[in-house]
Amino acid sequence: MSNVVLDFEKPISELELKVKELQSLSDLNDIDVSEEISVLTKKLEETKKLVYSNLSAWQRVQLARHPNRPYTLDYVERIFTDYIQLHGDRRYAEDAAIVGGFAKLDGKPVMIIGTQKGRNIKDNVYRNFGCPHPEGYRKAMRLMELADASNVPIISFIDTPGAYPGIASEERHVGEAIAVNLRDMFKLSVPVLAIVIGEGGSGGALGIGIGNKILIMEHAYYSVITPEGCAAILWKDRAFSSKAAESLKLTSSELLKLEIVDEVIPEPIGGAHYNYDQAAALLKKAIIKNLDALCSKTAGELKEERYQKYRHIGKFTEVKEKEEALPPPADEEKEKSEKE
Amino acid sequence: MSLFGKPKYSTIKTDTPAEDKKVKIPVGIFDKCKGCEEYYHKDEWKKFIEVCPHCGYHRQLSAQQRIELLTDAGSFKEVDSNLISVDILKFEGVASYADKLEQNIRKTGLNDAIVCGVAALNGIEYAIGVMDFRFLGASMGSVVGEKVARITEIATEKGIPLVIVTASGGARMYEGMFSLMQMAKTSGALERHKEKNLPYIVIMTNPTTAGVTASYASLGSVMLAEPQALIGFAGPRVIKDTTQATLPEGFQTSEFLLKKGLIDRVTPRAQLRHELGLLLEYTTTTNPGIKIKAPKKKKQ
Repeated sequence: MSNVVLDFEKPISELELKVKELQSLSDLNDIDVSEEISVLTKKLEETKKLVYSNLSAWQRVQLARHPNRPYTLDYVERIFTDYIQLHGDRRYAEDAAIVGGFAKLDGKPVMIIGTQKGRNIKDNVYRNFGCPHPEGYRKAMRLMELADASNVPIISFIDTPGAYPGIASEERHVGEAIAVNLRDMFKLSVPVLAIVIGEGGSGGALGIGIGNKILIMEHAYYSVITPEGCAAILWKDRAFSSKAAESLKLTSSELLKLEIVDEVIPEPIGGAHYNYDQAAALLKKAIIKNLDALCSKTAGELKEERYQKYRHIGKFTEVKEKEEALPPPADEEKEKSEKE
Repeated sequence: MSLFGKPKYSTIKTDTPAEDKKVKIPVGIFDKCKGCEEYYHKDEWKKFIEVCPHCGYHRQLSAQQRIELLTDAGSFKEVDSNLISVDILKFEGVASYADKLEQNIRKTGLNDAIVCGVAALNGIEYAIGVMDFRFLGASMGSVVGEKVARITEIATEKGIPLVIVTASGGARMYEGMFSLMQMAKTSGALERHKEKNLPYIVIMTNPTTAGVTASYASLGSVMLAEPQALIGFAGPRVIKDTTQATLPEGFQTSEFLLKKGLIDRVTPRAQLRHELGLLLEYTTTTNPGIKIKAPKKKKQ
């Protein structure tokens, strides 16, 4: 695992280093420094709390992209047993950026779908940095239909910068692949749980993300566009990414406030990358709680609730007919000629 | 005098400076074609339904022009024109979203980027939604999503076909995740329309991209596109920047997508009404899902 320390994590890593040094010093010279260590450890915990409770939106995006952050398969191996991975879209290729297959959650069968990033360069070439091609989405839908036919609930783990923007991806219609998933996931008669565990990158994330419940981990983000992309379009300058991240309201707490997500899953202090097992345990607890509630519902209820959930997302005002903000059409011509 | 003799004088053509040319054309009355740079009078453009007679370039139509093109005269009844976007995120960009909305409402005379209603073509009743690119690049926010969902539900309820004419720069960033979720909302509504075996015809126009491509624009039971329209999920510049690849000739045009198997036909605007009429006829006449049948009278 790489030794990446983000800027705002530096005070923490410095303290951690000190504790370690002290420890090794005492081990070597047989001096009792337990008091100093406990003071430092206390300070470390406080610093962690302080740093991580005051993160800016942009810092949270960095954390969601942290190269040490647990990915889908890290959680799968800690939460489930008997995972059997299934491959291929039956049309063109296997896309390693999306993984899927049956597994058992405390003995009960589930279908797992998830975008998968790579841990090192070689791995990332194979996983395409977690950016799926159309085949990934088509495979995911095939597996979800299999789950539907088998009456097995679906858990979808989302962690992707977005669908891959490439020539091949366009030639094989990634837009259509996502669109079909968005439509056909509404047909499913089994519970679907969508969980953003890292990056929720726009349509590429939504393409496996139509759930009865949408959960998000504390330091994950979910956004219509990357802060960089937004900054490039609106400010014509990527240096404004931090401002864009703030404006987009993409953090877990903002999304909960806006009722885009149903629940925020807490992470170990400092983020999931500090303690995989603890992060997985917290995630598992949330999965079980939500699946239990969903499994008591009928197929019809699940479909209807899923439909109504998305049907009601959106904010607008409805003015009374006839007193609209519409100017008379004559103004249009005027405006146009003025502009020209 | 010999017939093929050399002329006594040779003439040299001199180009008048470009600036002089420009000055001669009254601003606002003559419009230049983006395809071939020919100038035509405003009224001529209207007569050509905004298609250049010289090079075939298709200029964008307003929603109103499009509806006139695709419906029986007087048959269009608009719905949900009273929905207005709100600046829910208090988005702080270079200009505020609230200001942008106000500007665009005034500029276009529309309340948002899509006009929906129920109309008829050759007597066949159908629901129609037309996106208007002039309004914030026809980006999809809560209002566009809601109106697409509502017109789809109307079509499902009434048991009639749905036609959507798409044009869009994608999701409306100013509404953050609310705009992304419109992709889900519209696709969900279309699932219920499809379940009833009702036809859904998409007409893609220039440009149809990103979030709209990855939702209702790509879900038609029949998909037509106007010539030379830019259609894709990721923008060409993003692809170039990400992959450093040279994009193939004609990449992401209607013709390219016809070759790659996404769309059914590339239909020039002049034939659009005719082809839509035929498709509506084929998909409704014997379709048991269709609740409202066209009156049995001969076409005029």
